[in-house]
Amino acid sequence: MSGPSIMDSLFQTTLDDLIKGLRFHLLDSSPFLSKSVDDIRREITSTDLPTKSTALQKLTYLRSLHSVDDSFAAFHAVELSSSPRFLHKKIAYLSASLSFHSSTPVALLLTHQLRKDLSSPNPHEVTLALHCLSSICNPDLARDLTPEIFTLLSSSKLYLRKAAIATVLIVFRECPDSVRVCFKRLVENLESSDSQTVSAVISVFCELASREPRSYLPLAPEFYRVLVDSRNNWVLIKVLKIFAKLAPLEPRLANRIVEPICDLVRRSGAKSLVFECIRTIVTSLNEYESAVRLAVAKVKEFLVDDDPNLKYLGLQALSIVAYRHLWAVVENKEFVIKSLNDTDPNIKLEALRLVMVMVCEDNVAEICRVLLNYALKSDPEFCNEILGSVLSTCCANFYEKIVDFDWYVSVLGEMSRIPHCQRGEEIESQLIDIGMRVKDVRPELVRVGRDLLIDPALLGNPFLHRILSAAAWVSAEYVDFSNNPIELMEALLQPRTSLLPPSIRAVYILSVLKVLIFCLHSHLFSTEIVASSLCANDWEPRVVESATGLPESSHLPSSDTLAGYEQNEDFNPRFSCQSPEDDSGENDGNTAVVPGPSSTSASLKNEHFTRGSIVDLLDIVKTAFGPLAGSHEVEVQERVRNVLGLIELVEQEIRDIPMQKEGKFSVEKLEASEVIKLLHGAFADEIGPVSSSAQERVPIPDGLMLNENLNDLETICADIRLPTSSSFSLGKSHFEERGGASLLNLENKEESEPSSESTSLLAEHRKRHGLYYLHSETKETTSHDYPPANEPKLRSDVSDDVDDLVKLTEQSLVPKKKPNQIKPRPVVVRLDGDDVGVAVKKAESKDDLISGAVRDVLFVNEAIPTSSRGKHFEDSSSKKRGKEKVTIVQPLESTQNLANMGISEVGNSSLRRSRHVSHGKERKHRSPRKNFGESEEKHQSEKKKSGHRHGKSKARHRADGVVDVVAQTPVIPDFLL
Amino acid sequence: MIRGVIVMNDQGKPRLVKFYDYQTVEKQQELIRRIYGVLCNRAENVSNFIQADSICGPDTQLVYKTYATLYFVFIFDSSENELAMLDLMQVFVETLDKCFSNVCELDIVFNFNKYSSVQQLIWQVYTILDEIILGGQVLETSSAEVVKAVAEISKLEKASNTTMLVPKSIPGWQSR
Repeated sequence: MSGPSIMDSLFQTTLDDLIKGLRFHLLDSSPFLSKSVDDIRREITSTDLPTKSTALQKLTYLRSLHSVDDSFAAFHAVELSSSPRFLHKKIAYLSASLSFHSSTPVALLLTHQLRKDLSSPNPHEVTLALHCLSSICNPDLARDLTPEIFTLLSSSKLYLRKAAIATVLIVFRECPDSVRVCFKRLVENLESSDSQTVSAVISVFCELASREPRSYLPLAPEFYRVLVDSRNNWVLIKVLKIFAKLAPLEPRLANRIVEPICDLVRRSGAKSLVFECIRTIVTSLNEYESAVRLAVAKVKEFLVDDDPNLKYLGLQALSIVAYRHLWAVVENKEFVIKSLNDTDPNIKLEALRLVMVMVCEDNVAEICRVLLNYALKSDPEFCNEILGSVLSTCCANFYEKIVDFDWYVSVLGEMSRIPHCQRGEEIESQLIDIGMRVKDVRPELVRVGRDLLIDPALLGNPFLHRILSAAAWVSAEYVDFSNNPIELMEALLQPRTSLLPPSIRAVYILSVLKVLIFCLHSHLFSTEIVASSLCANDWEPRVVESATGLPESSHLPSSDTLAGYEQNEDFNPRFSCQSPEDDSGENDGNTAVVPGPSSTSASLKNEHFTRGSIVDLLDIVKTAFGPLAGSHEVEVQERVRNVLGLIELVEQEIRDIPMQKEGKFSVEKLEASEVIKLLHGAFADEIGPVSSSAQERVPIPDGLMLNENLNDLETICADIRLPTSSSFSLGKSHFEERGGASLLNLENKEESEPSSESTSLLAEHRKRHGLYYLHSETKETTSHDYPPANEPKLRSDVSDDVDDLVKLTEQSLVPKKKPNQIKPRPVVVRLDGDDVGVAVKKAESKDDLISGAVRDVLFVNEAIPTSSRGKHFEDSSSKKRGKEKVTIVQPLESTQNLANMGISEVGNSSLRRSRHVSHGKERKHRSPRKNFGESEEKHQSEKKKSGHRHGKSKARHRADGVVDVVAQTPVIPDFLL
Repeated sequence: MIRGVIVMNDQGKPRLVKFYDYQTVEKQQELIRRIYGVLCNRAENVSNFIQADSICGPDTQLVYKTYATLYFVFIFDSSENELAMLDLMQVFVETLDKCFSNVCELDIVFNFNKYSSVQQLIWQVYTILDEIILGGQVLETSSAEVVKAVAEISKLEKASNTTMLVPKSIPGWQSR
């Protein structure tokens, strides 16, 4: 790159040219862009300011609209900012404000220029600097420029004053110490007669209070005055936002503002203001019945409005109020339910949320049923929203609203089969969670799991894989409830399981192992099993001859199981009409039972495991797992090899067992039976839920350094670590080869999409404005595949359905007790630690600093009446005195900072903080703002005794120097009386 | 506070981008793309608010409005009132309208050189926005005031830029 020449500046392209050029190269702009950037790089080093500024201007344009990196120009922007010309300055500041961030090193070089421009006589130069400062502010800039901002806060030009006020917020955030300097002037501006100035100040307080409201309670009287006096909607909205934060902290304040707010609701015509009032009432004043009634009445007006925005906001307000006042929702129930059918996604979502709020124990089943039917007919996105909210509502607080778990589990099964269902993860975790927590539901759970596993079509849907994984786990874990383990095994080994990702295949393989162990165990120790099942299954008198002599006591299943069986019989007709032909394939002649139409399939379970069937079972497993032994996935390979190893071990012996049934004796001697017994024992242990705080309860062993740096480990492992990406791709290719299913391809398509985002955007656009596009000829080639599991139903009479829902909820929302609870709610295991709430979010340290500073300042305010604040500030003698005192008393860290800055006030503030308040001036000044002062006392509660309302006695106490820590609930001052 | 203002056309091409907290160019591009992805899927005559927590971070919403081929988008958090933001957008658009006769043509104007100087136009849009919002705070809500201030500023710019009036653009530059 050669240096800039005169030719460059002469033939420089302007921004106009650049834009035209971009327009010209619309299709492929990247070569043009890079050429332009090269030009800019050269031009920007020019010493000729116009050339430089044009270059920077072009670069800024490219940065903001074409995402060109412009960090190389940072220094040039600083350089250009010192140009005497307004346009150059503007270009430079704009560039800086867009591209500088808090750690841009050259930002500090701007300090001097900013300072100069902040005190410029040209107001527009000042606002340029303020804009720039507000964008690039960092702690150093904020600290160094505080004096200038302070001056501007009382500028005679209102235009500048409000800009400075807006900037002060950002300065506070970066440099909390500046609060001590600027806060008082900021508060003074509240009394300005100019509504824009007040608006700016209130906005600043709104931002500050949204982070840490408590510190601003002392200013409540000022805010109240604004609330009552102001006629500017912008100001009122912001002040309402502040009160929404303050009111919950101070009941008497709430009491005071209720009436003015209700007045505003009644008389204001501005929807935005009315809505803000409603929101304030429903969030913070919801104890005031009449106000809430008024708000709900207004919400109704919003709901019937034609404007979808108002509808949406109205519903939003309803969902806020719902937690305290459900009646408000029930009153508008019909509208809410009809809104489920709105075209507007926002409105539909809010309506759904409100419907879910109305769910209770009695109507959960009906509402869920209708919602799921509705989900079948809605678009995928909303369908998943419905599923998601049903799932989260039902599992809330340990399935509080669910009484009939058998029903709920079958609903989970149904949900999985809904087309577009993408809530696999939630369903997965709930299936497992319920299995562990609710004993009584396990038989039904196994049945649902079996139905899911056995359906080959489901395996093609990647969204269902997680559910299938849960189904596999549940069916194998509670395999003793299974009616037909062999069928289950077949399902787990079906060829289409190759469509599963490796992690889920691993779960399948483990499940196979569990089922296998169960079968082998019951085969080898069949007598006992049969005996126990004889006792349990009394509907099955003709079981097996060998069972006769055994005592009932030894292996009785728990009474829960028994109950489970009985319930099954009561509740689920499907239980017994399970199709026998499902398993006819694998029942070869060896099976002792001929499943007749009258026999329940439960009876199969025990008699399946003749030697022949077991040998077949082993063969099936071996055939299915053989090819997997060479899998590239560690989990799959490892588990498969384990299973195969086990089979090898037991196979020979099983084949050799003599045919006859007296075998119990000889069985005991087999090596294999020992292994099986051990494994069975291992799997028999019940897995229970784990408390979320369980980890914390484990004591850390001595000598274990949890905080030890593991970086060394990384360097050691670096040499031997495999490139993970390649191993992934291996797995992937393997995965793809096998799965020819269209759904899988779809998934791959989705994956490849982000790489070409422009096409995806085009596709979106195409979807929306399809009318203007030519019809695409490409058809989705459906592969030779199973029919999709979830055939979407025609989207026909959705509205009818909604009407149904309306009717239904009308009935079910009427609080009625179900006439006869068919069965009591089963026990749901609940651990103590589960209740541990979300850790309380800690306020950011900077916010703490700000509010700390605010408290300091407000405390000082107490001593300085508004009228004399300015004078006091000028008072140099007091400043000196302050400084002297500070050196005597413990110097505060901030004092020194600010003392460097030469701010006269500092001395005072820290002086007063240090409680050297015995001079008479203090007391004299207190009286005019007594109430105000008292309110502030609260925040200094650490430093004084409670209970004293009168300034004088307080001063005396403080003079005593008694440092008395007061309880965190100090006397609440009455702000407004 | 207001987190950002974006104007883009219905192809997703940004026409004005201003974020009030620093965004890297990559993040900015990503945000625009995702916002466009949401916007272009919205039907007409639906509400103008979108919960943007997944796009722009927690506690954010965006309000958008379409004017002919342009999307106007404001991103803001819970310390702003939704309807007030709509009003503010109206103020912004009105001001643009006053400054450039017809906003609907703004997109075209951004591309074709309808006005004597595109550059003037683009900086004016920034200038207008800066008059209305400072550091995420609403500064001015009267479009008449904004128009006045913008006129003053452009007068200043022109006055300071008399030497720049010599045309620098060379017709045959593209072949360079």
